[in-house]
Amino acid sequence: MGVAGGAWDWLANGANWSGENGVWHRLGEHVYVSGLALAIACAIALPVGLYLGHLGRGGTLAVNVSNVGRAVPVFAVLALFMVSPLRNAGYLPTVAALVLFAVPPLLTNAYVGMREVDRSVVEAARGMGMSGGQLFWRVELPLARGLVMTGLRSGSVQVIATATIAAMVGQGGLGRIITAGFNTYNTPQVVAGALLVAALALLVEGVLVAADRLLPRAGAHR
Amino acid sequence: MSGQNCLVANDWICWDYVTSRSQELTDATVEHVWITGASVLIGLVVAVPLALLARRGRRWSASVLTFTTLLYTVPSLAMFSLLLPVFGLSAALVVTGLVLYSLTILVRNALAGLEAVPEEVREAARGMGYGPGRLLWQVELPLALPALLAGVRIATVSTIALTTVGSIVGKGGLGNLIAPAVNSSFKAQVLTASVLCVLLALAADLLLLGLQRLLTPWTRAGGRPSGQGKGA
Repeated sequence: MGVAGGAWDWLANGANWSGENGVWHRLGEHVYVSGLALAIACAIALPVGLYLGHLGRGGTLAVNVSNVGRAVPVFAVLALFMVSPLRNAGYLPTVAALVLFAVPPLLTNAYVGMREVDRSVVEAARGMGMSGGQLFWRVELPLARGLVMTGLRSGSVQVIATATIAAMVGQGGLGRIITAGFNTYNTPQVVAGALLVAALALLVEGVLVAADRLLPRAGAHR
Repeated sequence: MSGQNCLVANDWICWDYVTSRSQELTDATVEHVWITGASVLIGLVVAVPLALLARRGRRWSASVLTFTTLLYTVPSLAMFSLLLPVFGLSAALVVTGLVLYSLTILVRNALAGLEAVPEEVREAARGMGYGPGRLLWQVELPLALPALLAGVRIATVSTIALTTVGSIVGKGGLGNLIAPAVNSSFKAQVLTASVLCVLLALAADLLLLGLQRLLTPWTRAGGRPSGQGKGA
C-alpha cells in the first residue's frame, strides 16, 4: 500500500515530469528507440518471413534463427556495442541490439503464419489460375494476417519492456527512471518507472489491436 | 605476440585474459548455471500445478494464462528492482524474478501437453480402474512430457540470457563481468563473458535435447515432437 501510494505521489508530482531526467523526456527517448527498432525489425523480418513462407522453403532457417535469437542476451549485445566504436553513435547501439532481439520472433511468426494457411485453399486458388503474386497478396497474406499480427503485438510489448535495459549501460529511456530510483533506494520511483513502461506497452498493444480491426480485410466475412 | 600485449592493447580476443582471470570466469559461470538451474526447476514445480488448474475450464485457463503473460511484460530491470525490498541484495531475488518469467512459457507448454492427451486414452485408463492420481502420474504426465520438455528447453535458453540482467543487484552470473567492463571499456571481458553466455545456452539446449530423447523414446518413431517452437 505504502509503495503504491508513494508511486502515485511520485507520478502526481509535476516536477518529476519536466527536465532532462523528467518523464516526458525519457518517454520520448523510449518511444523513439523502441519504435525505430520495431520499424527496422519489421522491414527486415516480415518480407523475408512472408516470402519464405510463400515459397515453403527455409523453414528450418526460420525456426533456428528464432531459437538462436533466444539464446543471445540483449544486455550482452548492448554491452558489446557499447565497448565498440559505436559507443559514441548516440542511440544506435540500443536500436541495433533491440533489432537483433525483435527480428527472430517476427520472422518465425510470419513464416509459420504463411505455412499454416490451409493447403487446400492454396491449391484451389492455384487451380483457378492465380499467379504466384496474386496467391501471395489475395489468399495467403490475408489468411496469415492473424498470426503475423500476434507476432507483431508480442514483439512490440517485448521490445518496449526490453528497451529499459539501455539504462544499464547509461543510455536513455524509461529505464533511467528505474535505475535512478534503484540507486537512491527510492522504491516508489522504481514502481512508478515500471508502471510507466507497462502503461506504454499496453497502450501500444491497444493501438495495434485497434489498427488491426480498422484496416480493411480483403474478402473476409467473419 | 608476447604476454601482456593484448591486455594492454585492449583487444577483443585475448587469451591472456582467459588464463589470468580463469578463477573469476569459472565462478561467474558456476553462479550463472545454478541461478538458471534453480529458476527453471522451481518454475517447473510451480508451472505444472498451475497448468492442472488451468485445465479445469475456460475461466481458469483464461485467468492463469493472462496472469503469466502479464508477468512477462514487466521489464526485467524493474522486476529485479521491485523485488529488492522483499529479498534484499540476494540470489533469491534474481531466482524469483526468473521463475516468474519462466512461468509464461512453462505453463503454456504444460497445458498444451496435457490437453493433447487423447480422450480415448483417458477413458481407457479409467476403464482399467485408474484413479485420478494414478491417471495423472502414469498416463497424462508421461504423454505430456514431450511438450513440457520442449517448453523447458525454451525457458532454459531464455533464462540463461535473462540472468545477465541480474547484475543490477550483483547476482547476474556472467552479467557481473559484463556490467563493470562496459564502463571501463574492457573489450576482452565483455566479449568473453558474452560468448560464454551463448555457449552455455547452446550447451544447455543440447543437453536437454538429449534428455528429451532419452525420456521420450516413442516420439522418435513418428517425426518431430509436438508443441515445439510455439512459445510466446
